[in-house]
Amino acid sequence: MSLAINEEPLLKVDDLKVHFTLTEGFMQKPVGSVKAVDGVSFELRHGETFGLVGESGCGKSTTALAVLRMQPLTGGLIEFEGNDITQLEPHQMRPVRRRMQMVYQDPFSSLNPRMRIRDIIGEPLLVHGLATDRRSFRARINELMDMVGLLPDMSDRYPHEFSGGQRQRIGIARALALEPSLIICDEPVSALDVSIQAQVLNLLMDLQRELGLTYLFIAHDLSVVRHISDRIGVMYLGRIVEIAGRDELFARPKHPYTQALLSSIPLPDPTLEATRPQQLIVGEVPSPKTPPSGCHFHPRCPKVMDVCSVHSPNLERNQAGPFPNHSDESLVACHLYDASFGRGDRETET
Amino acid sequence: MSSDALLDIEHLSVSFRTDRGKVRAVSDLSLSLKRGETLAIVGESGSGKSVTALSILRLLGDNGVIDHGRVAFEGQNLLSLSPDEIRRIRGDRIAMIFQEPMSSLNPVLTIGKQVAEPICLHRDKNWDEALEIAVELLTKVAIPDAKDRLDDYPHHFSGGMRQRVMIAMALACEPRLIIADEPTTALDVTVQAQILALLNDLTEQSQTALILITHDLGVVARYADRVAVMYGGRIVETADAKELYANPQHPYTVGLMASIPGIEGDAGGRLITIDGQPPDLADLPSGCAFATRCQHAHDACRTSIPALDPVEQNPSHRSACFGYPL
Repeated sequence: MSLAINEEPLLKVDDLKVHFTLTEGFMQKPVGSVKAVDGVSFELRHGETFGLVGESGCGKSTTALAVLRMQPLTGGLIEFEGNDITQLEPHQMRPVRRRMQMVYQDPFSSLNPRMRIRDIIGEPLLVHGLATDRRSFRARINELMDMVGLLPDMSDRYPHEFSGGQRQRIGIARALALEPSLIICDEPVSALDVSIQAQVLNLLMDLQRELGLTYLFIAHDLSVVRHISDRIGVMYLGRIVEIAGRDELFARPKHPYTQALLSSIPLPDPTLEATRPQQLIVGEVPSPKTPPSGCHFHPRCPKVMDVCSVHSPNLERNQAGPFPNHSDESLVACHLYDASFGRGDRETET
Repeated sequence: MSSDALLDIEHLSVSFRTDRGKVRAVSDLSLSLKRGETLAIVGESGSGKSVTALSILRLLGDNGVIDHGRVAFEGQNLLSLSPDEIRRIRGDRIAMIFQEPMSSLNPVLTIGKQVAEPICLHRDKNWDEALEIAVELLTKVAIPDAKDRLDDYPHHFSGGMRQRVMIAMALACEPRLIIADEPTTALDVTVQAQILALLNDLTEQSQTALILITHDLGVVARYADRVAVMYGGRIVETADAKELYANPQHPYTVGLMASIPGIEGDAGGRLITIDGQPPDLADLPSGCAFATRCQHAHDACRTSIPALDPVEQNPSHRSACFGYPL
């Protein structure tokens, strides 16, 4: 990735907040709020894949919906292609949505069962008034089907005639119809069988190369995210705890949550598994209704310090950590790496 | 087969009556399990792995038919037992853990009732004794303050906690065999790791045999002693776990292993894929079910079904393939 540092990012998300109000009783009296997304910041560079990982309820899908402005924001700023889109009215969002499209998780419920494939793929063109004459409309649909590896003569069929992997291809073709620059993929392969997952991942990567697409790739499967992403953000209970380049994150995970997450994935190699130390973290993700004070991870953190339950750490450049490296762009939200408290992993480094 | 086998399945074939006629879900399946052993059955959706598990306990439902075969458990053929006799084995000597802990627990019964019931039923204890054992079991699966949680309902528990309760229930009668069907698929990775480690520790301590049904080859690598890979209703390869990963033989196993992105090694390259789709069980090809997706397939593969034969004279490693030049 030889991108100039000063190049304007495609998407800039700054201090994004999405809070849901909890109500009680007939009068819908507000009794509190769930901070589903609570101060998330990240940038997407042109042509890259940014992976967003985390366990269920961490706010990764809500972040995606908020970026598309399909979810009302509580606060924060979203800049897309250089324009602030945070305050745009729905009709002003319409041209923007041509540039950002979404691929959904479930290929069974995200396609209308009563529509033919060509109508599903062609609908965005109709909605945005891009279908000028019948012949070029048909030609465009055939071209899109061809791009995702579907035979154009399947275009009269209905979704139920397709397998999960083929349906996901239809969803991708629909997302490509408007020639977007950003595609948000929300768990695009998690509903698919292993052998089909690989086909869809390869397709997404091929399309990125051919069309120069930028992906925001949301998933809980770390090995899938590692495979496709250039940079990765790790979320925990509504906040990003670490952002790093793919190789950096997997070679030297900094946040204790990232470390635990990585060691929780069983590797497909019994010999390696037998020797690998398992760092199990205790407990489960707490309810986002009552998140722990300070750093949300502190009750489960094996390296917890006094400060962790009081102050929430900022997502910052790794300064005091054990791996001082000026080319390291990674950001981490952990007091261990904070110069005033930090001791990092230094004691374990020899 | 060998006398130390706890479970011996021979030539099992299972079908379902559907609108499209009779569909064969499992064909001529044989496998055996020793005491204390962990066997993983791996396969994609529709490969027949869950149907195999359900057939052992005869939980197939009204449209499922066992056409053929024998399931010998501790020397007794489970398929010839009366409904009453098989009921006495379920939850007692063979227990099952399902994928979705929310739908397999009864939402209107307290946790205490659900855990104590099998103890009362199978172990000849009165209710108070059963409740005491329930507390012990819940403590064993690391439910904090187990005594105070007996009166809670399943919806008071998180997904991971519910699966712990399921494990406690499975352990209640000290079974010889636990069948776990995708026990952690619905859970987050950090919780999945906790649950599998717990299940592994407990079965190891009590020398309980475990059949672990999963699609996750990482989980298999971490916990299984032996692996059976299923495709299109048949076992296509079986071996000790280490041997299978080091030396996969069947083209389907090889393809499956190559198609998972790892967390080590090269990232970002093209993944090796298996072209095409898993087979439609109602319309299986006449030869090897994998032949249509196999890059090595030749004429014999399309006409006859290969037997599950030993690989290189190794009786514990078997592969159902006519062979191909490497």
